[in-house]
Amino acid sequence: PFKRYVEIGRVALVNYGKDYGKLVVIVDVIDQNRALVDSPDMVRTQMNFKRLSLTDITIDIKRVPKKKTLIAAMEAGDVKNKWENSSWGRKLIVQERRASLNDFDRFKLMLAKIKRAGLVKQELSKLKKQSTA
Amino acid sequence: MVTYKFHQYQVVGRALPSETDEHPKIYRMKLWATNEVRAKSKFWYFLRKLKKVKKSNGQMLAINEIFEKSPTKIKNYGIWLRYQSRTGYHNMYKEYRDTTLNGAVEQMYTEMASRHRVRHHCIQIIKTATIPAKLCKRESTKQFHNSKIKFPLVHRTVRPPTRKLKTTYKASRPNLFM
Repeated sequence: PFKRYVEIGRVALVNYGKDYGKLVVIVDVIDQNRALVDSPDMVRTQMNFKRLSLTDITIDIKRVPKKKTLIAAMEAGDVKNKWENSSWGRKLIVQERRASLNDFDRFKLMLAKIKRAGLVKQELSKLKKQSTA
Repeated sequence: MVTYKFHQYQVVGRALPSETDEHPKIYRMKLWATNEVRAKSKFWYFLRKLKKVKKSNGQMLAINEIFEKSPTKIKNYGIWLRYQSRTGYHNMYKEYRDTTLNGAVEQMYTEMASRHRVRHHCIQIIKTATIPAKLCKRESTKQFHNSKIKFPLVHRTVRPPTRKLKTTYKASRPNLFM
C-alpha cells in the first residue's frame, strides 16, 4: 500500500518555504512531524514533513552523516541523474524553462508550435485521403 | 534558522553592598524569557523568593544570552516544571525531542497550554537537561530511538507553495496518497 517511506536516506523535494524546489536528504527523524534534513549546498536544518514531498530516490547513509560522506553517498546513488531522468524531475525542469523564457524565445516557441501543427495537419489530411479513397 | 520565542539568558545579580555586608553573595540564574527585560524581571522574582533582596536594593551584574552549542544535533530534553493549575501547584517532568533547548522549551510551553490549559506565566522551569537515549522515560520519545526508523506519511495534504496562490475553491478533489 505504501511505497515512499520516511527513512534515513530518503530524498525529498521541498514544496514550501525558503528552500522551495530543492532536493534534500532526510538525515534523521526528530519526531512525528519533523526531520533533520541536509543537502550539499545548505546547512543541516530541521523541516516539517508538511514542507517535504517524498520522492522515489533513496541513498545509502547512516544516521546523520558528515557532509563529505553525504556528498559521496549522493554521488554513489546518482541522485542528480536519477532525478533529472524521472518524469517528475523532467516536468519540473520543463516548467522552469518555460517560466524563464524571454519574449524572443516565446516568439520562437510560437513559430515552432505553428510549424508542428502544420506538419500534424498534413499527415492527418494524408490519412483522411487514404481512408476515403 | 527558526526564530524561537523563548531565549535562554544567564542573569547574574546581587544585593547592593551595605555597611553590614560589604561583599554580598552573587547569584546566577539561567532563565527563559522572550526578551532581556523580561529575563531581568524574572530573575528578581525568583531571587525574592529565595533571598531577602529586591530589585530596589539589588543590582544586576550581567545578563548574557545563551545560545545552543550544537543546533544540528537531535537531543532528548527532559524538563522538570512546577505549574499552577486551577486547584493548586503541581510538579511535572516532560520529555521532548528537539535540536535546540530553546525549541524544546517552546514545545513545552505550547504543550502545557494545550494539554493542561496552563498559561506561560503559571509555569516555572525547575530544571532542564539533555537526556541520553537510555535514560528517557517517555514512550513517545523512545519510539524515535531507532537508527533504522521508517514510516510512511499517511495523509498528504497538498499545500500551495506560497500563501498568495491559496484559493478558496478548487476544481478537483485532492489526491491524498503518498
